[in-house]
Amino acid sequence: MKISWWKILCVILVLYTLIGGLLFDVPHKKILNESIRNIYFHVPMWFGMMVLFSISVVYSIKYLRNPSLLYDIQASAYARTGIVFGILGLITGALWANYTWGKAWSNDIKQLGAAMALLVYAAYFVLRNSMIDIDKRARVGAVYNIFAFAMLFPALWIVPRLVESLHPGGAGNPGADPRDMDARMRFIFWLGAVPGFILLGIWISTIIVRFRKIEDKNLLHA
Amino acid sequence: MNTSRHILTLLRKDLLLELRQQYTFYGVLLYVASSIFVLYLALQQPESEVWNGLFWIIQLFICVNAVAKSFLQETKGRMLYFYAIAGAQHFIIAKLLYNTFIMLLMSLISLALFHILLGNPLVNFWQFTGIVCIGSISLSLVFTMLAAIAAKAQQQASLMAIMGFPIIIPQLLLLMRISKAGMGEAFQAGALSDMLWLLCGLDALVMIMAIILFPFLWKD
Repeated sequence: MKISWWKILCVILVLYTLIGGLLFDVPHKKILNESIRNIYFHVPMWFGMMVLFSISVVYSIKYLRNPSLLYDIQASAYARTGIVFGILGLITGALWANYTWGKAWSNDIKQLGAAMALLVYAAYFVLRNSMIDIDKRARVGAVYNIFAFAMLFPALWIVPRLVESLHPGGAGNPGADPRDMDARMRFIFWLGAVPGFILLGIWISTIIVRFRKIEDKNLLHA
Repeated sequence: MNTSRHILTLLRKDLLLELRQQYTFYGVLLYVASSIFVLYLALQQPESEVWNGLFWIIQLFICVNAVAKSFLQETKGRMLYFYAIAGAQHFIIAKLLYNTFIMLLMSLISLALFHILLGNPLVNFWQFTGIVCIGSISLSLVFTMLAAIAAKAQQQASLMAIMGFPIIIPQLLLLMRISKAGMGEAFQAGALSDMLWLLCGLDALVMIMAIILFPFLWKD
């Protein structure tokens, strides 16, 4: 069995996050209390989603430069895992919001942005499935992926800065703030949770890619 | 020089076709008029919030209908002919310009109809008209590119809505926000111009993406 160093690193980091995140001491803030631990699980989902969608777009660009079915398989696999991360991020966020903001969904701009990202990528898969011709599906899918990414991400980064939000950074906000994290929390967050979950996402995607490679063996080696 | 002539020729072709067939124009015009009339029957004179929301949603639907037609009407044979005589970039730029023109026209007509039928909550009419123009340009650019993508797949019209609505949300949110300026809401200094610049930046981005990406859609 081939063992890659980054997969071992991923297991160690995620285990460290799970144990450290659930057991280590955290600062006791008003309203947040123990729910601050959710920052180890909720926020890395968004980091993971963004990284996975970015990798997916890189493969789409590669496909347009050099049409090989393998790139298309990779682009769709990373987008798929990205969607799973996005859904998990929404669920963990909604649970957290339920206890800190009083309700699970409050039309916060970042919640809307997350829902938008998921809809856009769901549309990506609907578009792909609407075409039978494999090459055409790959090409049109790649074009849409790049276009959607270019439209979505400026919006996700810029628009929340222009309107008020319940998320950290906004005024009069009872939610978590990065400044609420003490040194130990930051250590677990930046060194354990964020890279750990990103690596996990990449790992899952590579497994999907390998699976698809076996499934489409005849097409890839035609 | 040569480039602009090609684009102008393609644009003139679209406009001439439109003038001769008068199918898209009257079709969409009827769509605009009847949907706003239905709104009038349902709501008569809504409050300004509702008015604003409805206005932009109607723009969205008009855009999907008006823009979808421009690619639907090109048959496969005709596309092949264009492929032989014109560059992909010229073709998409001509389409972008043509759709922007149609959409501007439709937006202004629908603004007038809204004004007549659903009342006038606007404090600053000309400012709102300016915002409508900017908004219709943004909408038509995004949907032209999406129509080009959808034209490659089957079930085009419904697919365009599925792809387009999530992508257009940020711009639509910004537009609804900005257009409150036309309804007399005061903004923080600089906030309004920030949002306008953001919209213009997104428009530029869409055009660049369309010019870069369309050649890949074009060849079959």
